[in-house]
Amino acid sequence: MRHFLYAAAAIAAFATPVAAETIAITGGRVVVGDGSAPIDGGTVVIRDGKIVAAGTSVAIPTGARQIDASGKWVTPGVFAGFTRLGLAEVDAVNGTNDKSGGRSGFSAAIDVAPAIDPFRSPFAVNRSSGVTRAVVAPESAGNIFAGQGAIADLGADSNPVTKARAFQFAEFGEEGAASAGGSRAGTHLHFRAMLREAQDYAAGRGTFDDDLLKAEDAKSLLSVLKGETRLLIHVEGANDMLRLMELKRDFPSIKMVFVGVSEGWRVARELAQAGIPVIASALNDLPATFEMLGATQSNIGRMKDAGVQVAIGMINDRDSHQLRYTTQYAGNIVSLQYVPGATGLTWDEAFAAISSVPAEIMGVGDRLGSLKAGKAADVVVWDGDPLELSSAATTVIIDGIEQPLGNRQNRLRDRYARPTEGDLPKAYDR
Amino acid sequence: MKSNLRWSILAAPLALAACSNTIETPKSASAVQAEKPLALNKNPYPSTYKTYPGVATAIRNVTIFDGEGMRIENGVVFFANGKVSGVGGMDTAIPEGTTIIDGTGKFVTPGIIDIHSHLGDYPTPSVEAHSDGNEATSPTTPEVWAEHSVWPQDPGFSRALANGGVTALQVLPGSANLMGGRSVVLKNVYARTIQGMKFPDAPYGMKMACGENPKRVYGSKGRMPSTRMGNIAVNRQTWIKAQEYKKRRDSGKEYTRDIGMETLAGVLDGDISIQNHCYRADEMALVLDMAKEFGYKVSTFHHAVESYKIADLLRDNGVCSAVWADWWGFKMEAYDAIPENAAILHNTGACVVIHSDDENQIQRLNQEAAKAQADGRRMGFNISDAEVIKWLTYNPAKALGISDKTGSLKAGKMADVVLWNGNPLSVYARPYKVWIDGALMFDASNPKIRPVSDFELGQPGEGDVK
Repeated sequence: MRHFLYAAAAIAAFATPVAAETIAITGGRVVVGDGSAPIDGGTVVIRDGKIVAAGTSVAIPTGARQIDASGKWVTPGVFAGFTRLGLAEVDAVNGTNDKSGGRSGFSAAIDVAPAIDPFRSPFAVNRSSGVTRAVVAPESAGNIFAGQGAIADLGADSNPVTKARAFQFAEFGEEGAASAGGSRAGTHLHFRAMLREAQDYAAGRGTFDDDLLKAEDAKSLLSVLKGETRLLIHVEGANDMLRLMELKRDFPSIKMVFVGVSEGWRVARELAQAGIPVIASALNDLPATFEMLGATQSNIGRMKDAGVQVAIGMINDRDSHQLRYTTQYAGNIVSLQYVPGATGLTWDEAFAAISSVPAEIMGVGDRLGSLKAGKAADVVVWDGDPLELSSAATTVIIDGIEQPLGNRQNRLRDRYARPTEGDLPKAYDR
Repeated sequence: MKSNLRWSILAAPLALAACSNTIETPKSASAVQAEKPLALNKNPYPSTYKTYPGVATAIRNVTIFDGEGMRIENGVVFFANGKVSGVGGMDTAIPEGTTIIDGTGKFVTPGIIDIHSHLGDYPTPSVEAHSDGNEATSPTTPEVWAEHSVWPQDPGFSRALANGGVTALQVLPGSANLMGGRSVVLKNVYARTIQGMKFPDAPYGMKMACGENPKRVYGSKGRMPSTRMGNIAVNRQTWIKAQEYKKRRDSGKEYTRDIGMETLAGVLDGDISIQNHCYRADEMALVLDMAKEFGYKVSTFHHAVESYKIADLLRDNGVCSAVWADWWGFKMEAYDAIPENAAILHNTGACVVIHSDDENQIQRLNQEAAKAQADGRRMGFNISDAEVIKWLTYNPAKALGISDKTGSLKAGKMADVVLWNGNPLSVYARPYKVWIDGALMFDASNPKIRPVSDFELGQPGEGDVK
C-alpha cells in the first residue's frame, strides 16, 4: 500500500509528459551552439522531439505551436560537462548521498545509472536554470577506478538516463595516489595491473594474478581497454598529465578524456598532439593543492588556442547541486577577453563549451548539444544573454517536450515573499 | 577546486580527535596572574599596517556607485593623501597636479568588503598543516584569536584583490565551536606579519556558531553538546560565567585574568561584536533571545540561509544577514536555502550583506550580488544597482564597525576604491585598478602592480594572470 501511494504521488508530481509537439520558436536571437555566431530573428522548428531547422528563412510547419521569442535568446540547453546530478539530495545526509560506492567492494563495475534519481530536487532546480543534459560521474573511494558514469537528461519524467555506462571514471594525481597505496607510482602500477587483469578476464581466466579486481570490475575495464567506453580521468597537475599521455602510448586504444586539468595550459601542446579532449574546471586559479600550482582562469583559453578540445565541467565544485553555475562560469571565461594579458574564449566559443563540445567529447555529439537539424530538441529560451547574471530561462524544452519550471525553492519563496504571518500560520499558506 | 572546505574538514572528526589529547590544555594554562585592571593591554598585537604612497588621482567620466545607495553618471571621484577628497558630477572641480584617469565606459565602487573569510586560517594550498581555523578541542574557545592563525602569505589574498576588488575582509575562526574565538579585520595588503595587515582600529568580532557543526563535532566525541538544546545550554552556562567575570573585573578588586573571559566580557561591554554562524530561522530567533537574556547584541548572522523566513524579526532587531546568493542543499540546515533570500530581506527592510566563506567566491562577490538582485527582480522586487553595491561595501563595513573609515566613497574616508572595466553587476566586468588607502595595489594593465605571495615565488605560474 505504501508503495502504491508513493507511486501515485510521484505520478502527480511528474505527470507523464505530453507527446512531443511540433513547435516553432520565432523572432529570437538563435545560438546554434556549434561556435557559430548568433542569428538574429531566427526560427527554431521542433518536431517529434528533434530539431528540424534553426536559422533564418525557416518555414513554419502548419499546425505548429508558436513560441514568440522576440527580444529573447534561443539556445541549445546547457550540457553540464561533469556533475554528480541526481546522486544526492542533501550531500551531508548519508542516506540521500549515492555518489560513492567504494565500500561495496566493487570499483570499475559500479554503475551510477540506477542511483540517478530524477525526483531529487537538483533536477528541478537546475532544469529551471536551463540545464538539460549532464555528465554524471561516481566519486571514487579506495580505488583509482570509481565506476561507470552516465549521461542524463533533466526532463521532468521518470527516465533520467540518456546513456548508461557512457564512461568509466578514474582518479589520478593526489586522490588517485591516496587510493593506490599513497604514491603516484602505485597509481600507475594499479592502472597497468588492473588492465592486465581485464585481459585475463577476456582470455577466460577465472583467477587474476594480483587479485585486484572482481570479475564484474574486469568486465567493465575490458570495454575501456577496447576503446568501447571512454575513460574520464581526473587529473590536475602538468606532470601527471604528461605521464598519463605516456601511459596512453602503451594502451593506444583507450579513449582518454581529462577532467579538472588545472595545469592543462602547461602541457597544452602535448594534449593537442595526443588528441586528448578535456572537461576543465573553468575558474580554478588557486594552488588548492600542489598539483594546481599553475592554476589560472586563462587555462581554458590557452588550451583552446593550442588546439585542445575543451568543455567546461565542475568536478568537486558543488557538482551535485549547482549545475546552474555553468553559464556563469562560461561568462567569466568570456570576460577574460577584456583583461590585459589574460586569455579567454569568445562568447560563441564559450557557449559551445557548455553545449556542443561536451556532447562531442562524450561521443553523443551526433544527437545532442546543438540546434542543428536532427539533434534532440533540447532548447532553451532566455530573457537575455544566457551567460549574463541577470538572465533566466523562460522556456525549457527537452527532447521536444516543454518542461515545468517550478521547484521547491519557488514554493518557499512564494510562501515567505512577505514573511509576516497572516490570519493563519505559514504552514497553511500554499 | 575543493568545495566546502570548512565543512568537509568538520566532517572528519576522527582527524580532529586524533590531536585532541595533546592539544587540549587545562583552563589554568590560559589564565595568568592578576594585574591591576587599569594596566590591562586591550591591544597586545597592534596593527602595524602602513599606508603605501599614492598620488592624488581623479577618475572622471565614470559611473559611480558610492556604496551608500547613490549612483552618479559621468561623475568624478578624486582622492589624495590616502583619503577620498571628493565625489560628484562632471562639473566637480579637480585640483591642479591631480593624475587624471578617463573612466569612460567604466564604473567605480568602494573597495569590496568580505565579512566572512577564512583566507589565511584555511589558506591554499589547503593541506592539513595549514588547517588552522578551528580549535576543535573544546566547544567554547573564546580565548583563541584568528589573527594568531592567519598566514599572511596565503595566495588567496591576491586573487580576492585582482578578481574581486576586495580591499578589506574579516577573517573568522571556523564553526566547529559554539564560541570559536576572536575574528580579525584585515586590509587586503600583503605584509610580512599579520600585524602588518590588521585594519587599524577595527573592533574585534567574536565568532559563534549554531546548529549542526558544534553538536556534530562534540557529539561525535561523546561530549556535550550533542544536540541543539545542548548547544544553547553550553552557551548559557558560559555567558553566566562571563557575567560573573565581568562583575568581578568591574568591582575594582584583584582578579585572575582569563583571556577567554576577557573576550566574552568585551562582548558584554559592547566592544566586541558577535558574528554568529546560523542557518535556520528558528535557531536565529533563539539566539536573539539569548542575547537579550545576557545583554549583548548580535551584529550579523552569517550564512543565514533561512533569514528570509524571519526578515521582519531581523529588521526589528537591527541584525544583518551575511548570505550567499544561492548555496543550498549541501547539509540539512541548508536545505531550505533559496536564491531570493537577500531580496526578501532587503524588501522587508532588513540589512543584507553578501559574503563568501570561500576562497573562490570571494573573487566574485559582485557576481553573487548580481544573481541575488536578478532573483529579486523576477519576484517583483526591483532593487537598484546602487543599492545592491551597498550589500558589498557599506553594509559589511557597518556590521564590522568600520563604516566611519571605509565602505563608501565619502570625503574623508579611506580611499579604498575599485575601478571596474564595466558594470560590476555584469558577468563580463573585472577590476581594472584597485586602490587601498589611495595607493594603487592592483592594475590589470601593469603586471608589476600584481602581488605575488612568497609561496608563489619561483613556482609555476608566478606572476601570471589569475
